Formats: sequence, C-alpha cells, structure tokens
Amino acid sequence: MIPAQFDYVRPASLDEALKVLKDREGEAKLLSGGYSLLPLMKLRLAQPGLLVDLRDVQGLDGIRETDDQVTIGARTTHRRIHEVAAEGNRYPLLADVAGGIGDPQVRNWGTIGGSVAHADPASDWPAALLALRATIVCRSSTGERAISAREFFLDTFTTAIEPTEVLTEIRIPRRVRGSAGAYTKLERRVGDFATVGVAALVRLAPDGKIGSSGIGITGVSETPFAATDAEKVLDGQKPTDELFRKAAEAAAAMSHPVGDVRGPAEYKRAMVAEMTVRALRTAIERAMSS
Amino acid sequence: METQHVKLTVNGEPREADVEPRLLLVHLLRDVFGLTGTHIGCDTSNCGACTVHVNGESAKSCTMLALQADGTQVTTIEGMADGATLHALQQAFWDQHGLQCGFCTPGMIMQAAWLLGQNSKPSEVEIREGISGNLCRCTGYVNIVKAIQQASGQLGSGAAAPVEAPETIEAAPAS
Repeated sequence: MIPAQFDYVRPASLDEALKVLKDREGEAKLLSGGYSLLPLMKLRLAQPGLLVDLRDVQGLDGIRETDDQVTIGARTTHRRIHEVAAEGNRYPLLADVAGGIGDPQVRNWGTIGGSVAHADPASDWPAALLALRATIVCRSSTGERAISAREFFLDTFTTAIEPTEVLTEIRIPRRVRGSAGAYTKLERRVGDFATVGVAALVRLAPDGKIGSSGIGITGVSETPFAATDAEKVLDGQKPTDELFRKAAEAAAAMSHPVGDVRGPAEYKRAMVAEMTVRALRTAIERAMSS
Repeated sequence: METQHVKLTVNGEPREADVEPRLLLVHLLRDVFGLTGTHIGCDTSNCGACTVHVNGESAKSCTMLALQADGTQVTTIEGMADGATLHALQQAFWDQHGLQCGFCTPGMIMQAAWLLGQNSKPSEVEIREGISGNLCRCTGYVNIVKAIQQASGQLGSGAAAPVEAPETIEAAPAS
C-alpha cells in the first residue's frame, strides 16, 4: 500500500515548524515516530497535503524531574519512557503503559506526543494521562498553552490541539509517598490495541483510607475518558475489594462500548468492571509497599 | 510531485536516490537499491518481515518513509554475513532449523540481532517478548527461539539441539 502524494519538509527548529503550520494551515500534519500516522496514510484514511517531520527539532525529547513534576518531551519514545519509569520501579503506571504498547519495534520509534495527539480511542497513553491528571503543553507562534488531560480528548481522533500548534511536552505530578498506579489492559493478542484498558492511580491517606484517586479508561468510548463516578466512590473510603467492585460498576456505567471484532458491547462493559478491579488491586498493593 | 534527495548508509556503503516523499523505506531498499532480502509481509506494521536497523534501532521499514531515513545508518539482512561466513544468528537459524518457508526469516534475524544487542543472554520469555512484533506464519517459533538461544551461547549447535517436544514455557508475568 502506498500513501497518496504529499509534500515533505523537515524543519530545523520549532519556530520554523510553527511557521510552516501557520503558512499551510489545515493542510499540514506533524510527523513524529510515524507508527500511528503512516498506517492511516497507507490505507488512505488520512491524506495530508504536507508532512512536517519533527525529527530535527531539538528540545522535544527527554524526561526531566523537578520537585513536583515529571516533564516528558513529546518526542520521547515509549521505550525510553519505559526504561526511565521501570528503573527502581519509580513510576509503575508509566512503566505498565510504555512496556505494553504495540511491540518492540513500535516502542523503539513511536512517541508519547505522537500517540497522544493522534488520540486513537483505544490507545494506551490517554488512559494513564487522565488518571494522572496530566497537563499537555502545546506551543504556537503566539505562545504556549497548558491543557488539562481531562479537557484534551474531545472525540474520536479529535483533541484540543489547534492546527497551528505543536504538542511539546506532557507534565505529570511527581509520585509521592503512599501513591501508586497500575494499568491493566485486555488484549486479544500481544501487540493488539486494547479491547479495554484501565489506568488506576491511588494516594493513600495516613489513616489508610484512599485520599484521592484517578481512573482513566480506553477502548470503550468515542474517546478515552476519566471515570469520575468511580473516583467519587473511592475517595475517602477504606480500600476493600467490595469498594473496588462498587467503583468498577460505576466505571462500567460510564462506558459506551460498541460491539465489534473484539467482542459485543455487553462483554466489553463487563470487562471494564473487571479490569478496573484488577487495576485498583495492583495500584493499592503498590501504594502500600511504596 | 517533486522528488527529494535522500542520502544514507546501507550496510556500510553510502547510497543516495531521488525519491517521492511517499516512498517507504522498504521500497527504497528493495526497488531502488535492489536489496530484496528485506521482505514485505502484511504491509500494515504487524508482521515484522520488513524489520531493519536504522541507527542501530530495529524498525519496521514498511512504516517509515525513505526520507525519514535520510542521513541514517541502515542495516539489512544483506549486511549480516561477513563474506562467505554467516552471522552467528544466520548459522544458528540454519543449525536449529529456525526457518520453514523462510519468509519471516530476514525480519526475525534483524529483530533477534537488535534484541541480543540489548540483552546478550535473554531468557526464553525475554526472547519471545523480544520477537513479539515478528510473525511466523509457519508457526515455527520453537526453533526460532532455539536459534536465538544458540546465537546467544545458551544452546549447543547441531546435534546438541533437543529434538523432543518443546520445554514448558513459563507463564508471562501478568501485566
């Protein structure tokens, strides 16, 4: 399969990239790793007139930690994030997600910013960013905009990014003592998109109750979403399996699965509940031992 | 559509071409440079038959534009042997009968070479995880895994290879 024809530019700086986006507004698409965009272009589901390859733009990759947050550059590969997150088991939720995307070749080249901007309704990163209440930073020629992950994913393949903006980095709160997350993904076979993916984040209060929680879910709606009803069930309560079941039912009720090759809607809704319970159990276990 | 110039190193040799932006790396290698050892299987970035190394990292060349490889070092299956001497992985695939129809073999060997570069003594589970982006339609995985074990010095060659049923596979860790 061959993509339709397009122009290709490889700007040397972010300013140059932003200028191209402005000059060719609506026609240009950004290229990062290419593992989301090129398959769509080969199927001709996407036919951009111009590809702007960000390969030579400096400053878009790498992971930086400050006192209160972790900043991940948009062009950081899944593999690099996995290496950093898994080291010393520091960010188990990020490690769960990054280590399970696609296959090793995809993780070598695919980037977090590309995946998030693409916003496939069954992609893994959005679930984690919703649970973590991450901030997604976009730059245009007029300045920088920080968008809450919970206001970012608007619809299928649709985000709050403007056509003249570049997603530059993702900021997540730094992990604190007593907090941990987990990502549980149901897939038909290794490397497949999630049938259902649930990211759970919990912070235990000193009294052992759940101080705060975050639940992000992918694969079972028009776009990944935060299961806010489940979070309300969890917050302020003692973590028990019974509580997790109640939260899981609330999460399942917020999903809008569509029956397809991965299973009928009823099955998927049941799996939302089961994956939510499993993610919560692992997250709590990790939080207790942190 | 205007062509653009691409200049890269393939198996240690400088190569260049004028290409349409939409030309995929796998087509540059096969159709322009005549390096047909790299195969096109699914053409949808699932099967891994087109796996090559770009700047040392394994990549599916059906999901990369030729222009994205501009200025890089690319290694294909043709760059593995040293003259008439097979690469250790090629020899191991031979010894362990790691190929049946052979279609997936170039991609398997390139991915295995990348894996051994990351982890010189992978366990069976790590090998299976490492080649999870490469499909063998003959389902010849048992001998492929053995070949990679041999190339990593974890299994004898030839007669030493067990011929009975495969050993039990450890359950993969829960995600």
